Order: sequence, then C-alpha cells, then structure tokens
Amino acid sequence: MYATVLFTLGFGASALWRCLSVRLGLTILYFIFPFAFKGLVIMRNDMFSMLRRSPFCIQQARKAVLGFGMLFACLLIFATALPKGAMAYSDEELRIVAEGLNAKSATTKIKVIEEMAADGDPRVAPILRAMLEGDLYVRESDEHIVITRKQGKVYTHIDIVSGEEVGESGSGEISKIKVNNRLRGVLRDALATLNLFSPDLTTRTNAVEQIMDARDPAMLPLLLRAIDREENETLLARMELARATMALAAGETTEERLAAIEVLSSETTPQIRAVLSQFVASAEAEGYEPEVVAAAEDALESVEGRLSTWQTVGDVYRGISLGSVLLLAAVGLAITFGVMGVINMAHGEMIMIGAYTTFMVQQALGSFLPSGSAWSLVISVPAAFLVAGAVGVVIERCVIRFLYGRPLETLLATWGVSLVLQQAIRTIFGATNQQVTAPDFMSGAIEFSTGLVLTYNRLWIILFSIIVVAGIAAVLRYTAFGLQMRAVTQNRRMAGSVGIRTGYVDALTFGLGSGIAGIAGVALSQISNVSPNLGQTYIIDSFMVVVFGGVGNLWGTVLGAFSLGIVNKFLEPMAGAVLAKIFVLIALILFIQKRPKGLFALKGRAVEA
Amino acid sequence: MTDYRQKYQMTPVIGWLLKDRGGMILLGILIAAAILVPLSNLLLPESSAFHVPTWMVSLLGKYLCYALLALSVDLIWGFCGILSLGHGAFFALGGYAMGMYLMRQIGDRGVYGDPILPDFMVFLNWQELPWYWYGFDMFWFAIVMAMFVPGLLAFVFGFLAFRSRVTGVYLSIITQAMTYALLLAFFRNDMGFGGNNGLTDFKDLLGYSLQSDGTRAGLFVASCVFLGVCYVLARGITQSRLGKVLIAIRDAESRVRFTGYRVEYYKLFVFTVSAVMAGIAGALYVPQVGIINPGEFAPALSIEIVIWVAVGGRGTLYGAVLGAFIVNYAKTFFTGAMPDFWLFFLGGLFIAVTLFLPKGVIGAVPAFGSADRQSIITAWRKRRANEGGKA
Repeated sequence: MYATVLFTLGFGASALWRCLSVRLGLTILYFIFPFAFKGLVIMRNDMFSMLRRSPFCIQQARKAVLGFGMLFACLLIFATALPKGAMAYSDEELRIVAEGLNAKSATTKIKVIEEMAADGDPRVAPILRAMLEGDLYVRESDEHIVITRKQGKVYTHIDIVSGEEVGESGSGEISKIKVNNRLRGVLRDALATLNLFSPDLTTRTNAVEQIMDARDPAMLPLLLRAIDREENETLLARMELARATMALAAGETTEERLAAIEVLSSETTPQIRAVLSQFVASAEAEGYEPEVVAAAEDALESVEGRLSTWQTVGDVYRGISLGSVLLLAAVGLAITFGVMGVINMAHGEMIMIGAYTTFMVQQALGSFLPSGSAWSLVISVPAAFLVAGAVGVVIERCVIRFLYGRPLETLLATWGVSLVLQQAIRTIFGATNQQVTAPDFMSGAIEFSTGLVLTYNRLWIILFSIIVVAGIAAVLRYTAFGLQMRAVTQNRRMAGSVGIRTGYVDALTFGLGSGIAGIAGVALSQISNVSPNLGQTYIIDSFMVVVFGGVGNLWGTVLGAFSLGIVNKFLEPMAGAVLAKIFVLIALILFIQKRPKGLFALKGRAVEA
Repeated sequence: MTDYRQKYQMTPVIGWLLKDRGGMILLGILIAAAILVPLSNLLLPESSAFHVPTWMVSLLGKYLCYALLALSVDLIWGFCGILSLGHGAFFALGGYAMGMYLMRQIGDRGVYGDPILPDFMVFLNWQELPWYWYGFDMFWFAIVMAMFVPGLLAFVFGFLAFRSRVTGVYLSIITQAMTYALLLAFFRNDMGFGGNNGLTDFKDLLGYSLQSDGTRAGLFVASCVFLGVCYVLARGITQSRLGKVLIAIRDAESRVRFTGYRVEYYKLFVFTVSAVMAGIAGALYVPQVGIINPGEFAPALSIEIVIWVAVGGRGTLYGAVLGAFIVNYAKTFFTGAMPDFWLFFLGGLFIAVTLFLPKGVIGAVPAFGSADRQSIITAWRKRRANEGGKA
C-alpha cells in the first residue's frame, strides 16, 4: 500500500513534469481553460483544432491527462488514507535531512533518525528500513542518498524522495552508509514509532499493540501525537488504553493515575490484568499514593472477576467442543451397543475407515478441484457413510450374527476384527499419517480480545455433531426402518411375529451405526491425525460416553458426551490434561458403581437380557 | 475338619489332583522343564544338540509368566464369568514393585552414580526419594508389595464394582477404564515411576547378576515353581465348595443370589486372588525381560491376555497355560518372520476362536472334557431359538 502510493505519486509527478518541460506546455492550458470557463463544446472544438494542428499533440495531451489523473488519484488516496498532518517534509527538505544520515558521528546520525521518525512523513519509513538492512547508499556522482536493490552485481538506485528508479551502477560508484548495533537499535525503535503514523491501519494497529506490550514511557509523547491524528475509532480506543497503561507508571499526578486506572478497569484482557497486578505489586517499592493503590486494587479485582467469567465461558466452549468430538465418536456406538446390545470394539476402526475415505476422496478429486475446496469434504460425508456402513454390514453378517446373546464373545471377536482392519489399513496406506487438507471455510478463527479463540473447524464440528444426532433421531423416530429397529430392540420375537425381518434389521442397524462412525471419521480427520491408530484413540472414550449416558438412549449419549467434555475441560486448567483425564476416568468408574446402567437406565425386564 | 470333609465328600488334595488329567500333565511338564532346561543350559556344551541357549531360557521364562497371567484370568473368567479387560494392570503393578527393588539394587552404579536416587530421579532433579519408594531396597518387601498392591487394588475395585452389581460388559469396560487410567498415570514423570521410559538398566537380583546364565536359569525355575503352585492353588479353589458356587455364579448369577449366597463376596475373593497371581507373574516377568514401562498397562495388552485363555480353552486352567504358550510362540514367530502379518493372525485368531472354537484348543481334543461336537451353525440356531427375545 505504502509503496504503491509512493510509486503512483512518483510516476504521476514525473509524467506531468516531462509534459510541462517539452515545448507544448501550452496544451495543458488548452485543457484547463475549457474546463474552467467555456464548457464542453469549446473544449471539443479546441481538441479538434489541436488534432488538426499536429498529430504529436495527441500524444502529449494523452500523457498530460494521464499525469493529471494519476496525481489526482494519488492526492485522493492520500487525503483518505493518511492521518492528518503527514507529509510534513517537502521534497527538498527530505533530501537535505536525509543527507544527515551520512554524517560521520553516530550521535549525529541518531539525532537525524529521531528527527525523521518524529516527523511522520510516510517516505521516511522505507529509508530507515533500507538503512537498517544496509541497503542505503550514497551515490558518489551527485552525493544523493539512494536506496539500492542488488541484482547480481548491479545495484539499482531508487530515489528516496520520489521512490523512482533513477539509474543503476556497480558497487564502485556508491558507498554504503554504515550502521552499527547501537544505530540498529535506534532504527528499530524509530521504525516502530513510524508505524504508528503509517497510512495502513493494520500496521498502525500492530504498532499500538507493540507499544502496549513494551510499555516504554519514552513512547508516550509519540503516542499522544498519534492519538491526535488517529481517526479510526477502534484503534483510537486501543491507543487510549495504551496511553493509560503508560500513564499508570509514568503519570505525574494522582489524578492522572486515577484517570488511567479508570480507563484500564473498563477493559477485560489478560494484558490489562498483567499491567494492573504489576502496578499493585510494585506499589510499595515505588511509593505510590494509597488512594491510587486502592483504586488499582479495585480495578484489578473487577478485571479479574470479568476475566474469570470469560475463562469460564472459554472452558464451557472448549468442553462443548470436546464433547461434540466425543459425541460424534460415540453416537454410532450408541446405536450398535445401545440399541442392539452389541459390543463393537471395531467401532474405532469404522471411524478410521471414514477418515481414510475422506483422504481417498480428496486424492481422487484433487486433480479436479482446487485445494481448499469444500466439495471434497461434502462428497466425503456420504462416501464415508456408505463405505463404513458396508464394512459394518459385512462384519455383522459374517461375524456378529453368530454371537448374539453372548456379549463377551462379541467383544473379543470384534476386537479381532479391529486388529485386522487396522493392519489392513497399515498394509495398504502405510503406518504414517495421511494429510487431509482442511477446506477454506474451516480454517481460521474468531478471536476475542479477552483471550477466547473460537476456531472455525471446532465450530463446524459442533454444528456437524448436532446435525448428525438430529438426523439419527429423525431416522429412529420418523422412518419405517427406525420403527422396525425400535420394535426389534424392544421385543425381538414379537417383531418377528408381525413380519419384521429381524436379521435384516439387525444388519441394517449395525450398518447404520458403522456408517455414522464413518461420518464421524470425516469430521475427526479435520482435527486429528489420519493414521491406522486413529480409531484406538477414540474407542475407550466412546465406550465411556455410552456407558455414562446409559445404554439404549440417544439423549443419554448426547448429555454424557457434553458433560464429560465440559468436566474434562474444567479440570484441565487445575490439574493438567493427563490428570484431568485420569480423574474423569476414576469418576466414571465410581459413577458406574452408583448407577450401574448409566444416567438414563432402561427399566423393566429388558434390562436383564 | 475331618467331619467337614466327610460331610461334603471332599477328596483330599492328592485325590483330585490325580483325577485332573490335564493338570497332571501340566505339572509333569513343569517339573521336567524346571529340572532339564537349567541343566542342559548350564552343563551341556553349546555344541550339543540338547543344549538350550540362554536366550531360549529367558524366552521360555517369559512365556511361563504369561502362562501364570493367563491362569489368573482363566480363574475369574472361566470359573466366575468375570471378564476383566484390565488384568494387565495387576501384572504391571507387580512388575513395577519388582522393578523398584531392582532399581534400588543398582545403587551407585547408575549413569549419575547417586547411591540412593535412581537415574531418572536425578535426571528430573529430585532431591530425595518419594515416600512410596521406601522399603524397596529389601527384597522381601518388594515381593510382598508385588502381591499386596495388585491385591489391594483388586479388592477395592472389586468391592465397589461387585457390591453395586456391575456385571458383564459393563465390568469389562470399567476394568478397561481402570487400566487406561493407570496407563495415563504411569506415563507422567511426576508419578515417580520413570514416566515414559519406565524402569530399566537393572543390574542384579539378590546379589546375582541378571546377565549371568545361572540367574536366568534360577528365574526360570522360579517361574516354573510359581506357575505350578498357583495352578494347584487355582485348581484347589475351583474344586472346593467355593469353586462350585463360583461356577454357579458364572452360569446363573441371579439364581445364586436368590438362593441366599452373597455373590459379591465370592466374586471379590476370587478376583483378588487372581490379581495377586497376576502380580506375581509381573514380578517374575520383569527381571527376565529387564524392563517395565507403562506400555504394559495398555488396554490392548489386557485384551490379548483374554485371547490366550480363549485359544487354550476357557474354564480348564491348563488350557490357559497352553493358550499362552501357543499365542506367544506365534507372536514371537510372526513378529520375527513376517511382522506385517502378526495383527492379521491375532485378529483372525480372535474371530476364529470365538466363532469356531468356543472351548479352545483343549475343547477340540476329545480326551479332555466334553467337546461340543455340534457344528457352530446348529449351536447358533439353537441359541437363537432359545434366547430369541434376549439379544
């Protein structure tokens, strides 16, 4: 942005200059004149007359128009983008001041740098940056200071005033402006302050944040000037805040400090808490006034109170996020284990198959779709459902149907299935992680100043898990298949008697549960490594969720997943991730003693089966 | 005492041991192995065809420990219907107790040369020994702990679980949760058990170097002896009146409860005994393999133990020993010869055994017990007809 403005300005000015300097300078007058006094008709006539006079005119006229247009555009850009009062140096002044950078003593150089930086001219920053990087040279022919760009052995010169390329030379014709470490430090500071006056909003914002972090009282006067010039409301607020953080320690009077505390206490960021607690901690040593300290303590308390609320909100969010992952992983199991009573230890591998299907779909579509496209993920969802569901049906028909009524044997057999599937994937794809690229709409995050970060992929997964559960609930509640499934669950023999093909329903139910695990795999491929061990990481957690929620109850699973997630995330800051998990596991073991059949237990005779 | 025996017509120990054909064969093999293997290892020259190399002695010793572990699982699963998927935890705890003794034996021969603190503690900058490491410089204490700690954990866990009638699959899942929680806990450096790396670099046991042939042969003999003793103990439990109650609980728990038995106490007793056996197995295992790390707590390993029992033949005790040898030999073979194929084999074994060999290898031999000769499909049809509504 900065460079573009300089460049267009330079180009516009030079085009205009060339025009004026040639013999047809009058042409310009011909153009301005009709605009101002005579109107369009006269202008047209004049243009025609000019055309008749000489074809050369047209070229010159076009250049002049271009030059004017560009100058005008530049002025427009400057008027809108630049803070008030910038462009303090005239061209000549800038050139003369910059000569000072070539002074012999470092002290003089520092003075010049500081003077230039304090001015806030947008052309200063590139000069100082070039100096810092050792790209600032003095051209020996005319003693002009130039920024150079080295290409091979040729140095391209860029004029510091116009920003134009003004020639090139070898290394012999220019001499470098020397920089030592002390100067580098000064240059860096100067650049930081210059950023405060940058026409670019992001640069300014970053500069303010830097000042906030450093809290160097020497920056205060500069900041005050920046506040005077700033027009952006949000940034202005940040600047006021930065000023308050400085005024707290550097303020002269009690009132100033109290005012600063007032400003600070209205904010809720971890940064402000640090500033305040640092102030309170150093109060005794520095001998601040008691009322100021008291006010600071109050402010600290209120900031901390609000921050802890935000912390809680953050914990709840993270808990829900973890809960949604658990829910996705467990909801398929809730069907196979909860509805059918089948312990499917291969459930984790169904998730893994879903994740690998996502990977395959992405590979297959990779040549048609740009990377970051959402389509491969959208296609993966039904694909993963079908693949995992088909594998599930095969497992049910080949292994599990012979083991109904023998849950422990089912457990062992499906464990065997899981080992075979794992090894199969490892043999086909290799043991390393596969790369599943996230689509664009899932990358990025919403960040709050209070330190809460909501990443888009987690938000999507929360949404996705809710959709999946709602879908399952709808299938169970409203479709004929759902009805048959519930009938078989409640009373297999009676269901068979009224003509439901129980074996068929079994296979489809298992397929549904597995297919949903596959869908979960699509989502989980976005947040965890797609490797043959993917399923293993989720299997125990999934079982915990289902057992906690209660078998045969979808809402129990939902509640179980979210409460386990939230409890886990609340414990994490206190005990660390691993200990939190251990506590949750122990709590679950104890919980099962209390309610052996989970939160929502099935009652009646069905339980004994 | 005599009256009691006469009243319930209990045969004396020798009597029922003689009746137990599989057990007699097992004990015979164990005694023979305990005498012949060390002799051939130590006395015969290496060129001899009958010489057993030292690595083989260690390998067989390891299998014996696994066999003891399988025996402990069969005792509860085969005779009481408790499918524990967390027995690896008791095994590992026993192993850690022994490992702690072996760590203390290293003394100042460690890398850092600290006379008291094991290397990993010096590495973590710990100043003094945690309280739970006290006493482990004494061998007897370590052995007591190798039995006491798993036993205590099993007692507390079992007390809570059985009292509230957590049965079947639920029990399996929470035992798995237990071992998983322990796995996570032992991975932590703060626990003071060496974290990820576990305990290793052992030097000697009771003053005998662990590297020497003699010590290894001694450990092998000890493994044989403990397996034999535990087998007799387990057989004694299952043959006793208490054992009958256990089998009754396995087959119809509610009915036993309604008959007036306190089911939870029976279960608790046998669960605790089984955990102690697993602890002993772990304590014997660690000096022979030279390392114990949290990996032994992995739920997958605990499930593997169950398949040893299932392959050999559930509810026979000697079948569990046989199964442990078969599966582990297969593991050694496959991981050496074709590592990619091992999980296919193991997974296939899980499926095949549960579908086609519900009574294991032993059940397929007609001489041992009543093998179910009905085809699997007929058996399944019959079951479906009987238990129609229950699936």
